[in-house]
Parts: sequence; C-alpha cells; structure tokens
Amino acid sequence: MKKFINAVGDVEKEMIQGILKVYPDKIKAIDCDGVLIRKEKNENKVAVISGGGSGHEPSFGGYVGKGMLDAVIAGAVYTSPSADHIYEAIKSVATPKGVLMIPMNYTGDIMNFEMAAEMAEMEGIKTEMVVTNDDVAVDNSLYTVGRRGVAGTVFVHKIAGAMAETGASLEEVKAVAEKANANVRTMGVAINPSTIPAAGKPGFELLDDEMEVGIGIHGEPGVRKEKLKSANEIVDMLLEKILSDLDFSGSDVAIMVNGSGGTPLMELYIINNHVHDVLLSKGITIYKTFVGNYMTSIEQEGFSLTLFKLDEQLKNLLDAPTDTPAMKV
Amino acid sequence: MNTKTILEILVKMHQKIEEEKDFLTELDNAIADGDHGINMAKGFAVVESKLSQLQEQSIGAVLKTVGMTLVSAVGGSAGPLYGTAFMKAGMVMADKSIMDMNDFLACMKAAVDGVMMRGRSVQGEKTMLDAMIPALNAMEKANSEDLPAKAVVEAGVKAARNGVEYTKTIPATKGRASYIGERSIGHQDPGATSFTYLLDVVAKAL
Repeated sequence: MKKFINAVGDVEKEMIQGILKVYPDKIKAIDCDGVLIRKEKNENKVAVISGGGSGHEPSFGGYVGKGMLDAVIAGAVYTSPSADHIYEAIKSVATPKGVLMIPMNYTGDIMNFEMAAEMAEMEGIKTEMVVTNDDVAVDNSLYTVGRRGVAGTVFVHKIAGAMAETGASLEEVKAVAEKANANVRTMGVAINPSTIPAAGKPGFELLDDEMEVGIGIHGEPGVRKEKLKSANEIVDMLLEKILSDLDFSGSDVAIMVNGSGGTPLMELYIINNHVHDVLLSKGITIYKTFVGNYMTSIEQEGFSLTLFKLDEQLKNLLDAPTDTPAMKV
Repeated sequence: MNTKTILEILVKMHQKIEEEKDFLTELDNAIADGDHGINMAKGFAVVESKLSQLQEQSIGAVLKTVGMTLVSAVGGSAGPLYGTAFMKAGMVMADKSIMDMNDFLACMKAAVDGVMMRGRSVQGEKTMLDAMIPALNAMEKANSEDLPAKAVVEAGVKAARNGVEYTKTIPATKGRASYIGERSIGHQDPGATSFTYLLDVVAKAL
C-alpha cells in the first residue's frame, strides 16, 4: 500500500482537521469526532443532514453550507458513523422545523441513522428520513436490501438543501427529496480498486484488460467482471441500463460524470463528450452538466454516470444559490 | 457466572477478535467492504478499556455498557447489531449479579430477537443470524436434556460452526454482500464467523 498518510488510525481525524483549515469561514467542528456543521445556524429552516463512511470526499463534508447540508457525520473509511455521533450532529443543528436525514441505502448507515433518530425523538426533536438508492446496477427486489445510494445522492442533497433554504416545512422538504431520488439514476464501473488504509490491501483484483461493472462506492466488487472496452462502448452500456430503468425520453436532465477518485479529468471529459452525443441523438435535453470528483472511493479508478430527470421545480432548486466547499451555484 | 467471570470472558473475546482480525477482514473483503475485523477489534479494545470501572456493577449493567460501547465505537453494521445484542441481553439480566444457564439462554434469545429487529433480517440471508439461531436452538435443546453448562454452550458452538458452513452455500440477501448476489456464494459470512468465535470463548471459559 502506497498512500500519503501518517498513522493509519489518524487518517479520518487528520482529514477532517485538514478540511476545516481550508474553509474556516463556512464549516466548523463540534465536540464529536467526524461531525462537521454549517458555521451559521438558521433556526427558521429544516436542518438537512447526511453522513456515511469516509473515503468519498468531497462527500459529504464538501457539501456543508448554504443551500445544501447543515451537518454531516463521517465514520471510519467505508464504515457508517455510529448512532451516538449521528445523534450529536442532530442535536447540534436541530431547529424547531425539524431535521431531515438523507443517508444512502446501506444496511449499517440505515441502522445507525434510525437509532440516532430514536434517541433524538426521546429529546423531542422531530426527524424524518429519505434514503437514496439511485444505483441501477443492483436489482431492486423483495429479496435484496434494495439499491445502493451512490453519486446521484449529491443531487438529492442539493435539491433538499435548496428547498430547506426557502423555509419549507419538514414534510415539504422530505417530499421534494423523495421526488429527486425517484428521478435520479446512476451506474458505475471501475478499472482499478481502492485500498482501505486500515486494511492495507485492495478491495478486489483485476487483470490489465478487465473492469468491474456495476461498482458501488465502497471498493467492493461490482455486479460482474468484463473485458475492458473503449470509453464510448462503456458509456453506451451504462446508458442502456440507465435509460431502460426510467423513461427519460423527451425530458430535460442534469447529468453527472463522477470520478471515483483516481480517474483523470481527461478521461472524464472523454466520457462526457460521448454522453452528450448519445443523449442528444435520443432527444434528451441536457440542462446542466457536472463533471468531476463528487462521490469518490478513495483512489479507485472508475467513474459513474448519473442522469437526473428535471421538472420546473427541480430545475429551480438545482439552480438555487449554493455555497459549499465542493458545490457552488 | 458472576460479574467477574463475565469481565474475564470479555477480555478473552477481545483477544480472540484481535487474533482473527485479519482473517475476518479478509472474509469481508471477499464479499463486501473489508472492515469487519478492523471494526470489531476497535470496538472490543474500547470495551476492554472500560472493564476496570465495571467490577462492582451488575451483569445487566456490564452488558448494557458493552452494547452501548460497541454501538458507539464500531459504527458500520456490526456496531448496531452486536451493540443491540448485548444491550438486549443486558435488559434481560437487569440488576442480577449471577447468571445461570437459563439466564444465558434468555440473553441469547433476546440478542437474536434484537438482531432480527435491528437488521430487519431472518435466518437464511447469509448473516450472523445463520450462526446465532442454530446455536440458540442447539443450546436450548442441550439444556433441556440437562447437559452440564459447558456441554450446552459447546453444542451451540458446533451448531454455529455448521451455520457458518451453511452461509458458504447461499447468496447474501441482506447487508452489503447482497450487492454482489450470486457471487457471494462460496464465501462464508464474516458476521456469522465472528459470532462463532465469541460463543467459543464463552464455551472455553466454562
């Protein structure tokens, strides 16, 4: 394992300290490891929070600020934060309007967020939860835990944060977050794995001409292994799956070409180039394009493609002012 | 068993998890996110650091503290699941300072129910329940046959080990391993494995 780190056990803590030192005007820490909150508290809005394991930077610390998230809780790398840390975050940002929790659909995250909500309820804090599950690689059936939340989560956070900023009620913010989640689809691939610092070994192994298709964001293997293809062919494959999952025909969409952490921007632009061409040819209008590292898996070489179907309300909320370290509108 | 025995068992559980840390992580890496051994070791290290303050406490208080510590220190899935298991067991014991085999089985039953509730899971989904439920059934049976305590828990360990073997034959339908579906067949479940280690520690201590 080769990484720019100090002691393995200090990775998460030193990263949080480092983020704080870049944006002292926007975010602050509380007396609880892994929690970052907005510097200025607004009592007149619903607080929107999220969290998950570390290793997805800039998710989620990079999305704390005006127009997006009020608090995030980072666990150890790829590990859900614990319920008591989530509870501390809830307490520090809770307002009379309530708290909307938007974790991604992973067993550990859901259990810890639910336990934290139970603790908050005992303190009289009103919470609701919307769970993101945009990954079309995983079949959604009664016999699985359902689809994973992946990069499309960033759109859900953007929309919910913008809605909360208008002073909307908890029910209204929850409803629009659910609508955003229902209209967002993602699928990803990887050509090189990531290594959890504490594990010291990569999450999977691939030959030089192989790729993992239907990858998650935790360095776990994908749904299947395939021979590596050209960028255009991979884009075609991902789009086929995404477009067959939700009817995007004739609609306006925002797209996200998300890097997994180790993919050069050069390649993300090559991918984006073909995504635009294909969608145009299918009569789908691209309203806004996001290219970059929004939801990473440490140093994994891979990318995911997200399509977000927009109506007028979602367009307005997507365009609403946002001032966070990693998302500015 | 009294509080002192329970505290000694908890120290040995930490030792066992430390010894098997890399193996548990390897198992987890094969089908999910590769942090089970690391997280369990971290959690039990914090548990052990708290034991010296618990010597005068009831067994119920000790188990509840262990549960809350695991929830807090571990995170992930193992934190809330093992945390809930120990907390539920703690509620069964309440302020008792002596635990007999009937108490132990009542604790195990509460732990199984707690894990099923928290994880919204049942047997056959390639989780720790595939070791816990057969172990509980085997121990209840052995206890009804009036076997000595050590033999009762040993019967549980044997059933748990068979449960671990069984997890190799089925796909995961709960937890992160479910995302790779059929590809998880052939691999044993890390949670079922770590539970078996913990129960084995109890058997050896009796």
